[in-house]
Amino acid sequence: MKKEKNTIKRREFLRKLAEGASAAGLLWLLPEGIAYGVFVSEHAGENAEHYYGMGIYVDRCIGCGKCVNACKNENNVPREPFFFRTWVERYVIFEDGEVKVDSPAGGAEGFPPLDSEKTNKPVIKSFFVPKLCNHCDNPPCVQVCPVGATFKSPEGVVLVDADYCIGCRYCIQACPYGARYLNPQTKTADKCTFCYHRLARGFLPACVEICPTRARVFADLKKRSNPLQRLMRLAEVHTLKPDLNTEPKVYYANLDGEVR
Amino acid sequence: MEQLIHQLYSALQNVTGFIYPNEIELQWSILIVIYPYITGLVAGAFILASLVKVFNVKEVSPTYRLSLLTALAFLIVAPLPLLAHLGHMERSYEIFLTPHLKSAMAVFGFVYLWYLMVVLLLEIWFDYRKDMIEWGNQSRGLKKLFYRFLVLFSKDTSSEALAFDKKAVRVITIIGIPSAFLLHGYVGFIFGSVKANPWWSSVLMPVVFLFSAIVSGIALVLLLYMIATMLRGEKLDMRCLDRLADFLFYSIIVDFSLEMLDFIHRLYQSEESIKIISQMVSSRLFVSLIVIQILIGTLVPLGTLFFIKITSLNEELRRLLYFLSAILVQIGIFSTRWNVVIGGQLFSKSFRGLTVYKMELLGVEGLLVGIAFLVLPFIILYVLMRILPPWSSPGPGADENSSKQLQPQTQP
Repeated sequence: MKKEKNTIKRREFLRKLAEGASAAGLLWLLPEGIAYGVFVSEHAGENAEHYYGMGIYVDRCIGCGKCVNACKNENNVPREPFFFRTWVERYVIFEDGEVKVDSPAGGAEGFPPLDSEKTNKPVIKSFFVPKLCNHCDNPPCVQVCPVGATFKSPEGVVLVDADYCIGCRYCIQACPYGARYLNPQTKTADKCTFCYHRLARGFLPACVEICPTRARVFADLKKRSNPLQRLMRLAEVHTLKPDLNTEPKVYYANLDGEVR
Repeated sequence: MEQLIHQLYSALQNVTGFIYPNEIELQWSILIVIYPYITGLVAGAFILASLVKVFNVKEVSPTYRLSLLTALAFLIVAPLPLLAHLGHMERSYEIFLTPHLKSAMAVFGFVYLWYLMVVLLLEIWFDYRKDMIEWGNQSRGLKKLFYRFLVLFSKDTSSEALAFDKKAVRVITIIGIPSAFLLHGYVGFIFGSVKANPWWSSVLMPVVFLFSAIVSGIALVLLLYMIATMLRGEKLDMRCLDRLADFLFYSIIVDFSLEMLDFIHRLYQSEESIKIISQMVSSRLFVSLIVIQILIGTLVPLGTLFFIKITSLNEELRRLLYFLSAILVQIGIFSTRWNVVIGGQLFSKSFRGLTVYKMELLGVEGLLVGIAFLVLPFIILYVLMRILPPWSSPGPGADENSSKQLQPQTQP
């Protein structure tokens, strides 16, 4: 009788062990983000002094392209119009429902007059949308990097170690926002860093600093009162492609549903 | 760099609609098309070999060793296009030293090594052990030393040792089948798991990759068997050919059904991306997808094989039709890879526009290098077949159906 009891205990123990091991195995398989979402999300950036995010007032952007140029200058982004850490898109919505989007040279030189001025097609509305890396809390680019060259800093900024990147371009494929490119000079993946080097010195990102209409606001979410909180309080806030569960940290105020 | 910029400016002219400005450069080129094509051939050829050892399909045994050597030759080349495509080839070893284990791609090195070292090399070694010992005994000088080295200086040809070889081959094949599934299913997963890209993101992707791999592997070994036998001036084993064609026929049916399921599923679900994808399929991918992949590469060979099955054509005509079908299948599977890899990059993730892919002729990512990577496995295979002849030369009264049982060739 006693022996039998022992056997059951042992079996029970082994079962528990197996369950535990498989649960741990599954956890390990989970992408960073999910594990993050389940266990860490509320304490994001817990150990860091800062935790950064950006807000964009779509209504304020005038499409001047100063941010695009400031970014290229600040970060040595190649001048050719195929490599951008940030760019501006123009949306034109016509009365018949047609939507036209363009971003000539990433908006770096501003925007030409609308075609409709020639065709006289009635326009309902037109607006500009600045784009950049969303520094996702659940970044698919970080998940796919085979060597871990791209990573999320303790401050929530997604960075690339250019001395470590092997240039396989998987992260560029994995980014749903087209925010990454292969730098033709370094042959490594490149993207917005929120001007990490400036943040470290207490400056704002170059695009935020230069914006003449304060369409871009930057905030340390660790601070109690910050411009991003104001944006969230006063405006309808959207992120891009929320269905992909990337949890962007670039928040748009009054974003139109046509923007992807 | 200047050449790249020049190319990008010309690509810019061909963009329709709106694409994100960073999307004008196509990230994965012809080399990344070749990579899954080659790995598929490896997995397919191995699965054909396993038919003999595990499922006891006696008729296809003349192709057993050829399949193994084909798999090895292509496996050796498989990582080369990937390496050539890396921005920093010299850092590629980091994938072994500091793999980021949550990345599907990081596992590549380990899957590859497992397959090469544990499955293919071991199976070939055990299968050829006795022959290698005999070839060593029959040769002199350097050649003798070479074979002695290849067989790792083993000498035992006792019946127990041979029985162990046989058993080992069987066990390795049994491990090998899931490994082959892993190898190519994994390649499918690399694409299928990219949620940012609706053309790739599909749970069926690994399965479709796997079955198209089996199709391409069988077709390739069928072609190689026909060519090699003709070059050797031997008579083709028609029972083997008919059986190979049977397997080819059934695997095409499964593969095509899966692809159609994926297609119908997409159409029926009609998600956000369906408009731009339909636009892409009916314009940029029309020739490579509808005409080459589906019509020429699938339906024509499927119809031909079916026609052969229901009629009783003479041997010569059958041989000719098998040969042509197998070639069409190869073209079809290559365009399948093309349509997945290139197709997935022709539409913008904004779902508002299409771009183009213009292949260079020269340069690392060019057509010529691509062709070189496709020819290289055949050269390696030729060398392998010289070192380890898959067939023994027929002695007097040789029974071609059981050629594997024969004494090994004296002068390999």
